[in-house]
Amino acid sequence: MTGIAAIVRKELADHFSSYRFIILFALIAMVSLITTYMVGTGLREELGGMERPRFIFLMLFTSTGPLFSLVQFVAFFGPLIGLVLGFDSINRERSSGTLSKLASQPIYRDSIINGKFLSGVVTISIMLISILLVVSGLGLKVIGVVPGIEEVWRIFIYLIISIFYVSFWLGISILFSILFRGIATSALATLAIWIFFWFFVSMGASVVANAVVPGDTSGNPEMLMRKIRVQRAVSLISPMQLYNDSTGTIIDPMRKTTSSMVLMGPIERLSLSRFKRPLALSQSIYVVIPHMISLIAITFICFGVSYAVFMRQEIRSI
Amino acid sequence: MEQKAIIETQKLSKSYGNQVAVNDLTFSIQEGEIFGFLGPNGSGKTTTLLMLLGLTEPTNGWAKVAEFNPTREAIKVKRIVGYIPENIGFYDDMNARENLRFIARLNNISDSVSSEKIEGALERVGLKEEAKKKVGAYSRGMRQRLGIAEILIKEPKIAFLDEPTLGLDPDGTTRIIEYIQSLSKESNITILLSSHDLKQVQKISNRIGIMINGRMIAVGPFEELAKEKFGVDEKKVSLDDIYMKYFQEVSV
Repeated sequence: MTGIAAIVRKELADHFSSYRFIILFALIAMVSLITTYMVGTGLREELGGMERPRFIFLMLFTSTGPLFSLVQFVAFFGPLIGLVLGFDSINRERSSGTLSKLASQPIYRDSIINGKFLSGVVTISIMLISILLVVSGLGLKVIGVVPGIEEVWRIFIYLIISIFYVSFWLGISILFSILFRGIATSALATLAIWIFFWFFVSMGASVVANAVVPGDTSGNPEMLMRKIRVQRAVSLISPMQLYNDSTGTIIDPMRKTTSSMVLMGPIERLSLSRFKRPLALSQSIYVVIPHMISLIAITFICFGVSYAVFMRQEIRSI
Repeated sequence: MEQKAIIETQKLSKSYGNQVAVNDLTFSIQEGEIFGFLGPNGSGKTTTLLMLLGLTEPTNGWAKVAEFNPTREAIKVKRIVGYIPENIGFYDDMNARENLRFIARLNNISDSVSSEKIEGALERVGLKEEAKKKVGAYSRGMRQRLGIAEILIKEPKIAFLDEPTLGLDPDGTTRIIEYIQSLSKESNITILLSSHDLKQVQKISNRIGIMINGRMIAVGPFEELAKEKFGVDEKKVSLDDIYMKYFQEVSV
């Protein structure tokens, strides 16, 4: 255990003193503060004189404002945090010759990779927690509403999911830093994966759906439904989709389902239009629990693969 | 006085696919000696060291380091062996003290104990003045001295030094060799030294092993090897002559 503690300690010191962390953190802090401020003042003006909605505090995170909502921003930018923290974690040690030195110390070999991952997760958590706290503080000031206990819970669950989401990307980048010798190669590969999931999965999903359900579907509701179902199934391989679905439902109590309008059954649609009341927290969780579990699972799978690859590598190549 | 073997191997072999890196290696190293490990590049010296450390598994045969099996009890072996790899790496953005403290922590030495040791070790290898500098700014000689300091902190029973004098100027080489001698005499560490600097090896080694193409073709004190090959008084031949003679014999 001492091995892990020493490595985590050193890695944390490295992360927090590195320029990339400072730049990343400054960027995120700046964007979130600006977004929150704009959304907050917008909300205050819009709702002036009206009866306050019940979950006004959460709207701070979900309202789009002039740019984008905070939730959207984290979904887009979160992967970059994970990637930047991990893309050179193993191959830099290898190229500087410190990896064989580490391996010759009396520690288990998995302490190295566990320590790296753990320190990354701690860094990510600290980053996200402090951002959320700062944003909440500013929001309190701007809209002047104290969040209720349920809102706090929702934000907390949102935070946990976000940590897993960013950790997934950290796992991907550590995996690439094990697979690729060159630091530049692994950096490019991680960026490529990020772009692939962000832009091309949704495109790819509609291509696959077109291939599986060919022909004109405009006059045929059954075919249209099948097509959209296929499209959705394919897009669920993207961690971004999983994340957007789960956090969107958790943070927005008015959202009652992750499926699109077309896929809703008549009862679902009826309830949506008739009952304008927010979903209870337990029900929101119930809606997205599969998404959350999948997200957590791919995070562990990703780390598991890196772990296995690292443990099997010939030390000679280290 | 009967000396005890601290390192022993029996038919130790390692092959990568079809390529045999180490072939039926059987030798032993006595406690307290300096063993000079010679051989051309790619002859399997580093592979042997890695197997003795438990960083690589042998394909065949076995090794024992202080009664431990490196493959199965790697942690126990690593606890008592200090290793300076060929291109020793340090964290370039940390200074010498921080690098040494990290090694101490990995070896489960508490900070209160290690800080005194670190100062002592830096003093002994003459890096006290530069201890605040980032290691990235160190010269090659300073890095090797920092490597020696690492050994001093760890206080192992055995030290594997892989080409510690490679690429050093004459003065740096002499200094490193002196430190190695003092490691052996003052700290009573058994030393396995691989090097191409035959003069220095001849000067400090108690016994010499010559490895070519994965085989140990000669083991013994310098005088013995000299007698065996030239049959003359050892003062007239140098280790260079002996080495080249063995090398030519194998290549023919």
